[in-house]
Amino acid sequence: MERIPILKMGECLLVTIQTDMHDRLAMALQDDLTNRVSDTGARGVLIDISALEVVDSFIGRMLSNIASLTSLLDARTVVVGMRPAVAITLVELGLSLPEVQTALDVETGMELITGKPRMDRNNGRYRG
Amino acid sequence: MAVIEAEELPIRSSEDIVVIRRVVREWSIASGFSLVEQTKLVTAASELARNALQHGGGGMALIERLNDDERRGVRIAFRDQGPGIPDIEQALRDGFTTGGGLGLGLGGARRLVGDFNLQTEPGQGTTVTIARWK
Repeated sequence: MERIPILKMGECLLVTIQTDMHDRLAMALQDDLTNRVSDTGARGVLIDISALEVVDSFIGRMLSNIASLTSLLDARTVVVGMRPAVAITLVELGLSLPEVQTALDVETGMELITGKPRMDRNNGRYRG
Repeated sequence: MAVIEAEELPIRSSEDIVVIRRVVREWSIASGFSLVEQTKLVTAASELARNALQHGGGGMALIERLNDDERRGVRIAFRDQGPGIPDIEQALRDGFTTGGGLGLGLGGARRLVGDFNLQTEPGQGTTVTIARWK
């Protein structure tokens, strides 16, 4: 069966979802990520969904499960790159994913995981 | 109202749901829907196809591209031969689930589309028809 690739970058695992996943593929990703976090002791998981045109309740639940599972294994999951149309649809669907931490892009998501404070480019103040 | 094109697709596996999402997306674009309108209809179709698979034991989706004097639209009917829904009000409520999911499928899908029609009979299966217009 096909699998979504998981890359390791330092203490972080990186997943870029580039295909419209069917449900079993999404479940496989959830299992694979949980195992990889446990095997590698990764501190964070970054999931890039910028190529995803649809996030329905099944994929939403998968993202939420991954966040909960990795949190139990002492790793933080950040979902990055959600398209505005997807966000609008998710909220209307009734899914606001409170347990899932998000960031607008990979760079910001990585900073959330590595814990580096972010210098606000406009006024020089720290935030985040 | 005229049917411009129609396609009947099986709902037998989770791969079939992906195919249905793709056709609904293509026809939403052909109907001139905005990106948000496309995404809402595709997401609703995905939820209802999965319902038919998980609760109805699979079925068929009839996808139609429609045209009348003033507007264009996409209509999809999801038909299964499952046990039917005994209590429709309860099934439409957010959080109600018999399948271990989030219970957002039916109620959520209804919020995402313009037209929503549910016909069910215990023991006779369920047909959910949705449509969006431009």
